[in-house]
Amino acid sequence: MLTLSDVHTYYGKSHILNGVSLEVRAGEVVGLLGRNGVGKSTTLKTVMGLVRPSEGRVTFEGREIGGMASHRVAHLGIAWVPEDRRIFRLLTVMENLRTGLDRPGVTEARRAELLDKVYASFPVLAERRNQAGGTLSGGEQQMLAIARAMMLEPKIILLDEPTEGLMPRMVGQISEIISVLHRDRVAILLVEQNVPLTLEASDRVYIMEKGVVRHHAPAADLRANHAVIHQYLGV
Amino acid sequence: MTSRSVAGYWTGFAVVLALLVAAPLVLPEFWRRFVTEILIWGLLAMSSDILIGYTGMVSFGHSAFFGLGMYGAAAALLAVRPANLWLALLSGLVAAAVVAVFVAYFATRLRDIYFAITTLVFSQIFYVIIFTWTDVTGGENGLNFARPTLSIPGLFSIPFTTETLHWFVLGVVTLSYLILRRITQSPFGMVLQAIRENEPRTRAIGYRVERYKIVAVMLSGLFAGLAGILYAIQNKFAAPDFVFFLVSGETVIFNVMGGMGTLVGPVAGAAFFLLLREGFSRFFTEYYLIPVGLIFTAMVIFMPQGLLGFLRRRLNQ
Amino acid sequence: MGLPVEQILIQTINGLVNGMILALVASGLTLIFGIMDVVNFAHGELVMLGAFVGATALGVTGNFWLALVVATLVIAAFGAILQVSTLRPLLGRDPLTTILATFGVSLVLQKYALWQWGPSARKLQEPISAQFSLFYLQYPWYRIATAVLSAAIIGALYLFLKYGKYGIGIRAAMQDRVMAQAMGIPVPLLHTAVFAIGAGMAAASGVLFGPLAGVTQTIGADFTLRAFIVVVVGGMGNLGGSILASIFISLLEAYASLIVSPAQAVIVSFVALILTLLFRPTGLFVPTAR
Repeated sequence: MLTLSDVHTYYGKSHILNGVSLEVRAGEVVGLLGRNGVGKSTTLKTVMGLVRPSEGRVTFEGREIGGMASHRVAHLGIAWVPEDRRIFRLLTVMENLRTGLDRPGVTEARRAELLDKVYASFPVLAERRNQAGGTLSGGEQQMLAIARAMMLEPKIILLDEPTEGLMPRMVGQISEIISVLHRDRVAILLVEQNVPLTLEASDRVYIMEKGVVRHHAPAADLRANHAVIHQYLGV
Repeated sequence: MTSRSVAGYWTGFAVVLALLVAAPLVLPEFWRRFVTEILIWGLLAMSSDILIGYTGMVSFGHSAFFGLGMYGAAAALLAVRPANLWLALLSGLVAAAVVAVFVAYFATRLRDIYFAITTLVFSQIFYVIIFTWTDVTGGENGLNFARPTLSIPGLFSIPFTTETLHWFVLGVVTLSYLILRRITQSPFGMVLQAIRENEPRTRAIGYRVERYKIVAVMLSGLFAGLAGILYAIQNKFAAPDFVFFLVSGETVIFNVMGGMGTLVGPVAGAAFFLLLREGFSRFFTEYYLIPVGLIFTAMVIFMPQGLLGFLRRRLNQ
Repeated sequence: MGLPVEQILIQTINGLVNGMILALVASGLTLIFGIMDVVNFAHGELVMLGAFVGATALGVTGNFWLALVVATLVIAAFGAILQVSTLRPLLGRDPLTTILATFGVSLVLQKYALWQWGPSARKLQEPISAQFSLFYLQYPWYRIATAVLSAAIIGALYLFLKYGKYGIGIRAAMQDRVMAQAMGIPVPLLHTAVFAIGAGMAAASGVLFGPLAGVTQTIGADFTLRAFIVVVVGGMGNLGGSILASIFISLLEAYASLIVSPAQAVIVSFVALILTLLFRPTGLFVPTAR
């Protein structure tokens, strides 16, 4: 469904992505592991149209999307949950969710339906629905960021380090949310530093190093054989 | 610069200088004064380039320096008889320096847009004061005075003719250019450019950015004031119009059109603008600003490096 | 020398009236800056053009309110065209460039107005000429109407931003343009729409202000300068702040005119700006805990 072929991306003069190729099929959870600075976030940003690839192709459902404006990418069914969450601090929880709902083709009824569904899945958000986003705790903000992405009814969610800075209890919740999404056939491209979580949640895993994909295997293989993980991540 | 381009540069410089020296001898009266005016506005534009082009601080307040230099000189020329050139120069420079101190203070505490707006406000403050303090400044009508003679007390006193005034102005402007060029090519100038490119990094390396900015503003203000003094001497009057921020705006136009950060660019920009104005006034009378404004806006969008911007790297090594 | 209370009260009302009109101009400017980081130097000229278009429309239709609507729509459309042609290409460039580009545009617009409508002042006849007794003065109802109408327009803007469909998108884009766009919000389109709204509001204030001071090409520059001061004092990008600052500064100027001439009273706003920049650079009306 989503394919990157030999993608090169620059940030100014830095050559961040050096020929990245990977693939996410419909309904899959794909993990992307690697040390800090190897280009994992940049890969997601390239898909989302926030950075333009200088070379290579990014295709989604057969359509070339490299360099496409990010609001169009979102309309195609790709949602982005960034590393620092980036919720709209001055908007209420509900208004944050509305940013994903106010798009063409969504009826009032559907909006209400989606809101109800997300409030059911995230009761704490329902409780705080009229509070400003900036007043939420770190874990709550992360949930809001994911919930907001779900409002786009995406076919794939780009999740960038969702468990960063969260307490262990919250990490478990994130893990649950990922399985719920997986069950609902939403594909996920998961960038993470948390190896156990990634191995457990993913179907397949890519490991990146210095702007390229160095290793690719089904998660089951990596769960059984930790040597590879040690080699690339030193964990 | 390579030795070949150094030679090329100085040759070009000599040629232009020779042309400017010859100008009053070959051109008709109107154009003689026109060339002198280009030089004066060019000096103003150069002074502004120090801030905008080299340090990256946009200032809409150069009319304040210019205007106060003008009025400062006027004060000396009216107060002391016979009108003394050197006193006028001194008085104008002091006035401009005082304004520069104010602006310098704010330069260190404000960045970008806030600085630009504040300088604009400053020039308007001075405009309002000068416009309304009729007793001292002549208000709307400005001040009229006699042109001083080129004199050294006790030795000689030669009144200026159009030609000799032109050469005097040319001398002052050329000297100013050489001084400014020396400064921008010195380590000091390099630091200014570093501040323009990346201020936080320059600060992190250890440079006291505030000090450099203060000096840049003082330099800029003094030379702008000098331009004001020359204008007063040439035209024998001072008027609040020259303190109105439109003058600052035009200065910025000279900088952008000519090429920021080159020193010569803004002079070319001034010449270009004044020629356009002259040319368009023939057809459009007072509406010349419509085509000129359109050209300027188009240049900002499509040709932001200006006419001579391509020389920037060459000239600043 | 004791100032009569009546004079102070009258100046308070004058200050509030002027403040509301200025608020209409400043909120457009703030909105534009908030969403696209553009300092619109030509904003005052949009006010001026609105006044002229309004005067012409009044001449043609004979109805002030119709002229107000026409001027607002025409200038809003013009604003959209302006944004697409000159500002969109500058997206992502140094903010200095937008100041310069809008400055160039302001020069062109000012001279264009001179060319189109000539140098003599246009008269914009107020629709309500009734007056009421305020102490020793006959105070025009029209002034009160202006303040009320401006407040209504600003109120409508507020409601739109708070509850309207694109209102939330605009507020999101003001806070985090990149994330808003990643949420599917068509940010480039919103830029044009906001610029058009700002231009329309500027035009409306031009028409409302017209009967109070006459319509000439120079009123634009005055508004630009005042609006800038207000936006900085109120906190750049802070809508509520710029409204409060507009009223605050206009009141200060009104009181100052009791002591010095109106031409000099304007220094008060300059001083307010400088003090704000020195002591509370994020804005006088911005809560410090952010």
